[in-house]
Formats: sequence, structure tokens, C-alpha cells
Amino acid sequence: MEIRKPAMAGTLESSDCQVTVEEGNGRIDFSLESSVIHQYGNQIRKVVYETLSDLGVENVRIAIVDKGALDCTIRARVEAAVYRSAGQMDDLPWGGAIR
Amino acid sequence: MKNAVGREIPEEILQATGKEVFHGNHYYDGYEYRKDGPVTRCVIHSGGSKLVDNIHDALVKCGIRDGMTLGFHHHFREGDYVVNMVMEEVHRMGIRDITICASSLGKAHDPIVPYIEDGTITSIESSGVRGKIGEAISNGKLKGLAIMRSHGGRVRAIESGETRVDIAFIGTPTCDDYGNCRGIGGKSNCGVLSYAMVDADYADKVVAITDCLVPFPNFPAHISMTKVDYVVVVDEIGDPKKIATGAAKPTTDMRKLMMADYCTQFVVNTPYFRDGFSYQTGVGGASIASTISLAKIMKERNIRMRFGVGGLTKPMCDLLINGQVDCLLDTQDFDLDAVESVKDLRHFRISAGEYADPFNKGAVVNKLDFVILAALEVDVQFNCNVVVGSDGVITGAQGGHPDTAEGAKCTIVIVPLLQGRIPAICTDVTTVTTPGESIDVVITDYGIAINPRRQDLIEAMRNVDLPFRTIEELRDIAYSIAGEPERVQFGERIVGIIEGRDGTIMDVVRQIQPFAFAQTEGQS
Amino acid sequence: MNNPNKKRLRRTMMFLNAQKPGLLKDPFLYGPDSIMLDLEDAVAENQKDAARFSLYHALRTIDYHGCERVVRINGLDTPYWREDIRCAVAGGCDSIRIPKTESAGDVRLVEEAVAAAEQEFGRPEGSVLIMAAIESARGVMKALEICESSERLFGIALSGGDYTKDLQTHITGTGIELMGARQNLVIAARAAGVQCFDTVYTDLNNMEGLREDVETIHVMGFDGKSIINPRQIRIVHEIFTPSEREIVFAEKVVREIDAKKAMGIGVFTVDGKMIDIAFYDGAKRTIELAKASGVYKGEL
Repeated sequence: MEIRKPAMAGTLESSDCQVTVEEGNGRIDFSLESSVIHQYGNQIRKVVYETLSDLGVENVRIAIVDKGALDCTIRARVEAAVYRSAGQMDDLPWGGAIR
Repeated sequence: MKNAVGREIPEEILQATGKEVFHGNHYYDGYEYRKDGPVTRCVIHSGGSKLVDNIHDALVKCGIRDGMTLGFHHHFREGDYVVNMVMEEVHRMGIRDITICASSLGKAHDPIVPYIEDGTITSIESSGVRGKIGEAISNGKLKGLAIMRSHGGRVRAIESGETRVDIAFIGTPTCDDYGNCRGIGGKSNCGVLSYAMVDADYADKVVAITDCLVPFPNFPAHISMTKVDYVVVVDEIGDPKKIATGAAKPTTDMRKLMMADYCTQFVVNTPYFRDGFSYQTGVGGASIASTISLAKIMKERNIRMRFGVGGLTKPMCDLLINGQVDCLLDTQDFDLDAVESVKDLRHFRISAGEYADPFNKGAVVNKLDFVILAALEVDVQFNCNVVVGSDGVITGAQGGHPDTAEGAKCTIVIVPLLQGRIPAICTDVTTVTTPGESIDVVITDYGIAINPRRQDLIEAMRNVDLPFRTIEELRDIAYSIAGEPERVQFGERIVGIIEGRDGTIMDVVRQIQPFAFAQTEGQS
Repeated sequence: MNNPNKKRLRRTMMFLNAQKPGLLKDPFLYGPDSIMLDLEDAVAENQKDAARFSLYHALRTIDYHGCERVVRINGLDTPYWREDIRCAVAGGCDSIRIPKTESAGDVRLVEEAVAAAEQEFGRPEGSVLIMAAIESARGVMKALEICESSERLFGIALSGGDYTKDLQTHITGTGIELMGARQNLVIAARAAGVQCFDTVYTDLNNMEGLREDVETIHVMGFDGKSIINPRQIRIVHEIFTPSEREIVFAEKVVREIDAKKAMGIGVFTVDGKMIDIAFYDGAKRTIELAKASGVYKGEL
């Protein structure tokens, strides 16, 4: 998928995370601010890259402010931001690109 | 060298501090020593007053100089002004290399951080630190070591002469011109002065600071004029709103209520729950809810508590009002109801030494049946961490945790299994502050684990309908939900030590360093 | 289509905002029989899309330990409900709750979409059940046709807030304004052989009020109640769980009828009460309810 316009999803409440995506410079630029970065920084990065790869996103600046979200929430917020950016709300590939 | 809780204590720290590693709770049982004593300046001439004009003059009269140790108490908690006003003056006078020996330090003391950075303050001894001081220490801003010791451990350190307090500053809600201090009255009423008593007994110079001067004699004195050198009157010693708040509303959070219910059910099914039992609990939502539900069962079964201890709150004082406890032993008052309760003749003030010192001839904690505690983390050896946060920064205080945990016959820690994403039950705590041998039961929202050292409690619970699990099972559940956490990435430099009650080294705290992602292929 | 879950125990159905990760994590700890993951009123208009991703991954990832997972979709008058169903069915939900149901046609529309989603996402046909929330005067009057509209429909629920507005009154706490709707719904549900659930009790600080409310609907014949906070669960379960005395009596009735039937005796007494075969189903139901509530330790 192409990231055309900036989009954001998620909140800064505890157990949630806020994900911002914008058009990239030909690659994935990942930045993370997290209250649990020591314990789960590597894991969060892994989940984000996996999610982007599932969605076929290769060109994006993605910034995450995490407040202790579980993996399933991080996935959900990244997907929400990407599909918002694409302006797609219906006929989503549940069980396909959205794993 | 590895200590009894499996922590590696570097040789250089043992040499620098002259301390031993922790050898287990009873290593010093029966140990004999001669107590230290203060240098005392006699006042024989008749009449007179101990009033001095200001803190500056008091510092001068006390002979302030570089390298001294200054004592403070934390009865004004987050409303305290005393530490800041004294240190501001010390800084203005250009004094350096001060050691602060406080019973605790909190966010109220953020303003002294610049004095840590500029070398006015180079060592800190405290039950713990929060806020910006914790960040400063964890970032390596303090030149010397921070020593975190329990409330009982502080008394031990001072009485044994390990720590010599040169000048103690005792903020006191009321005082007369001859130094009789009381924790009640005035505008900064905190009820008791328990943590300051050892300072009054052992510091070479003692300065009382008050914002409410009363006519002599301010009796019965909580700290006697016989121990006080000077009295300073200032405008405000604290912010009354932050010293004692209104009683916390009982929690409506179902998770806490559920844990409170587990706790109460556990307590009443132990053999210690009988007429004449003793009890201490904390100020957390679950602890308070548990006290309330316990009171109900005590009434139903006609069981009285002999004594309640500790930092006190409304639900404990209600037991006294309702005639469900014979007496309260008070070291600290957390809300206005507790402050008010101090007037009750069955509500006794005790010193921190009476409360928890392991190096006297027996402290109150040794007579406890139950203590209900919290923790940031508990590991599968039941070791607890109450000082270092998940970001590796010092952010809490030992308080009476290690003291009561060791003393009580049944020590219960209540903790939600996940604190945000962080598993509270883990393989290894970041920092050990209370050894697992002191902890008998851990109660979480996902189940209850009894320490296998306590086969008697396991036996007592055989037919009790509560969700019992092993501590490893609880950890596994936490990891299955949140993922297995990686350890905090610390730097090499040791910035603080966690002292055991007996002065041995329980653990060390290292400087934090910015998180670095693991190197992986194809990712930048 | 014979889904055994149609008749499962549903004393409590706890509403949870599908958009709040903190709530989705472990509601099973409090022991509700069902959780209702809400995509409708709890989710702001501009978060409808994000809530679906959150719902989907919660359903796929989180172990709800046997709690029924009902998803409340957006109304049939919105552009959201079809995608809500695709998302919920793909995620593996147990049931779909239709808001503002007013006719059998509403249920059939959802039924078709659910069937299509089952096929699209490879779930067994008939695995996803449906319940209908009734929130208007018209819905109440059509209750029987709604109850009989679909094989997938396991029950109906009264939604008191919208219903009382439609009736041009409001929630009073006494239940007077709900009397007719409650009667009508529970009678229709029983006539059609489906379950019936009562509306939420919104005053969280009035536990005595909740108790009275639940005692009323229990006696009226309801199967359970929607709840908005885990603190309400214990009271509802207490009231819906048969007492020790009721269980013992039911046990005796079942055993006696079984024994006497063989001997050809039709009417006899248990504990001084006249009993005949008409008591059999009720007694069996008490035993089943006691079993499902975890309080029955006998052998029946």
C-alpha cells in the first residue's frame, strides 16, 4: 500500500498507543517513544515491521508513542493509521493482509 | 560477590562502603554492639531562650561546614518545605559536599536538584526518592552514592554510628522557645514526629523549625527540649493541603476490590486470625478496601484486633472508634482522620526505632501477625522491588516494607499482575529491595501464590475456595499476555545501593542509559 | 442449524467499548457470562474505523476464557454495519447484537450478511448467533415476529434508554416506565423459545436499587441482564443462581418423577407439596442453571 496523506490512530491512554504515518523517503523510518521501551522496545519494533510488511507498506515514516499497549493493540493502531491514510473503510482484507 | 538473594555485589562497592553482602534475614540476630552518642553542649545558665532569627543564623551557630551530614524527617510528605529552605541557605553560604540523611525524600524536594548538580549535595541517604531527585541520581548526577535504607534501617545506621548526623532539622507543627516539639497543633499538623526522634537523640546539633511558636511548656512534648539546641520560627514549614489530605474515597475499581476480597478471605482463613491479632496495612486502594471488608468479618465473628500499626489512615482509625481494636501504634498519619485520631488515648505515638529498628532489643514489627504491602515487581523467588521503576529510574521508597515484611508472621503483597504492560510477577526483579524469605503470599487479580517456604500456610488453605496458583504460573500468565520482558539496559556506574535492614547490601542500582534497539538484519 | 450455544447461560452481558484496549484485556476476570464488545454508541463517529481493528485483534488474540463474545454492530441505518459484521465474523465472535431492531426483516438482513461473512472467512455455517436489541415502541409491538425471525436468533434484549425516549418518558429507577415492554418482550421470547435480557441499570452507586431491579426481572422470567460495570456482576449472579433449598427440592422432584413414572404413579408429594409431571421441566432447568452457575455438585 502507498502512504499518500498523513494519518493518525490511537490514543495516549494507558495500554494504548498513538501511531502516526506519513509518506516516507523510499523506506521505512520508524521512531518509538514508549513507557516500556526497555522491556518491549525490540518487540514493538518487530510487531510494527511485521504489520507493515503484511500490509505491503514499504515507504513510510511511522512514529509511535506507546503507553504500554499489547502487541494486538499495536497491530490494530498501525493498521488503522495505514487504512486511514489510504481512505479505505470498507471491504477490508480481514484475515488476509490484516492478520 | 553474590549475596543471599542471588545479586552480584561488586567488590569495589564492598570496599568503598565497608559493608558486607546480605546473608539472610537473621544473620545479625544476637549481635552485640555499643550505641553511638551525640556530642552535647550543656545549657546550665538559667532563663533564656533558644530562639534564633533565621536558618542562616542557626546554621552558623551549629558550625556548618563542608562535608557535614544533615538530618531531616518526612512527616510533611509532599507538603514539606523544610528540606528546601535549609538547603537553599546552605547553598547560598557556599557550603559543599553535604550528605542528606532523610527518612524519605519526594517530589516536594525537586528544587534541590540543582544543588546535587553543583556539588552542594554529594551524598543522599534516604528510604527512597521520587520525582526529579530520583532522575538526577539515576542519571549519575550525584557525586557519591545514594543509600536507600528502610525506616528501621535508618535508625540502625544512626544508632550504631554508621551514619553520624551533624545537624538535624526537625520541622515541628508546634514548638516553644525552649525546643519542646509536638506533632500536633499549629497550621501544619502532621500528628506525630516518629521519624525525627532518632535524629533528636543522636544528632550533635538539633534545630527545631516551626511556623507556630507556643508559650513554654509545649507539653507533653513529642521531642523534648533536652535534645534541642536551637529554635527557628519561619512563615510556613509546609503546605497543609499536601501534609494530610482528606481520607481517600474507598475504591470502586473492581480489580482492586477483587484483590482486596482475596486478601480478606486469605487473612481470615489463616490460623493467625483470632481474637487479639495484630495488623498493619498500607494506603493503596486494595489495602484500604481490604481493611474495610476485614472489619465487617471481625464484627460478624466477634473477633477483636489487639493492635494496629503503621502509617495510619481513616479505616484503621475507624476500627478504634468502633471499638474493634484495643489500640493503635502510630508512626505516620496519611489523612486528616488519622491526625485527629492521635488525640484518642488509645492511639499511641511510637518512634521509628520502636517501630522497626532491627538493632534494638525488639521492635513492634516483630509482634505483627499480618502486614499487607504493595510492590512494583515480585520475582519467582518472592523477592520484591519497591524502589526502581520499569524505566530503571529510582522512583520509590523502601519505607517500612522490608521491616514489616520480615517481622510479620504473615506478609501479604497485593499487586495487579500487569502494571500497564509490565508483568509485576517476573523471573528476576530489576532490583531487590525486600528478600523473598520475608514474603509469604502474593495476591494478584489473576490468582494467589503462597511462598513454598510456608508449607503451613499452604496446608491451612487446602480447602479454601480461592484461586491459588504457583508464583511461576502467575509469571507465565503475565508473560503470555504481555510477552517476556527484556531487562532494563543500565550503564556500568553504580549510583546507589539498596541496604538490607541490618546494613548489608541487598542490591546495587546502576546509572541508566538510553535504550538501544537490538541489531537486526535489514532494519535500521 | 443447531448451535448448542443458543441456550447457554447468559445471566450477565457486560458492555465494553471495543475501542478501549485497557478494557478489552481481561474482562473475564470478573466472571461475566458474556461480554458485549460495542462498536455502536460507545465509539465516536470518527473512530468507527479504528474500533474495528481493535475489535478484530482483541477477538483473534485475547483468550476470553469461555466468556461469550457478542459484538454490537452499528445500526442498520448507518454506513457501518456491513463492515462491522465482516470484521466481527472474521475475528471469530460468537454472536452479533443488532441495535434498534424493529422487524423480522431487520434480523433477516443481518442474517444474510452474517451467513455471507461466515462463508467468506471460512467459518462453519450457523456458528455465529444473533441477538436483537429492542429500543422502540414499534420494536416492542413486533417482538414476537422478531423472536421468530431467524434460526440464528438466541434472544432479544430491551434497551431502556432509547425505548423510554420513544415512549416520551424517561428512566425513573422504579421500573414503572418499563413495565409494558418488559412483560411484552419476555412473553414473546418464551412463546418463541428464545432468551430474553433486561436493560442496563445505570446508577452505579446504588447497589440496593440494582438488587431490587434484578429481583423484579428475575421473577418476571428474564434470563439475564445487560451490565455496564463489573461491580454489578456479583449481585446479578447471586439472584440468578438457584438457592441451596431450590436445588435440593429440584433434585428430589426429578428423582421422584423418574422413579414414580416407572411405577405408573402420576401425582405424589415432595416435602409436602403436590407434584406431577408438569414440574419436571422446571426442576430440570433449575438443575441445569445450578450446574452452569457452578454451584451444583450432585449427580443429576
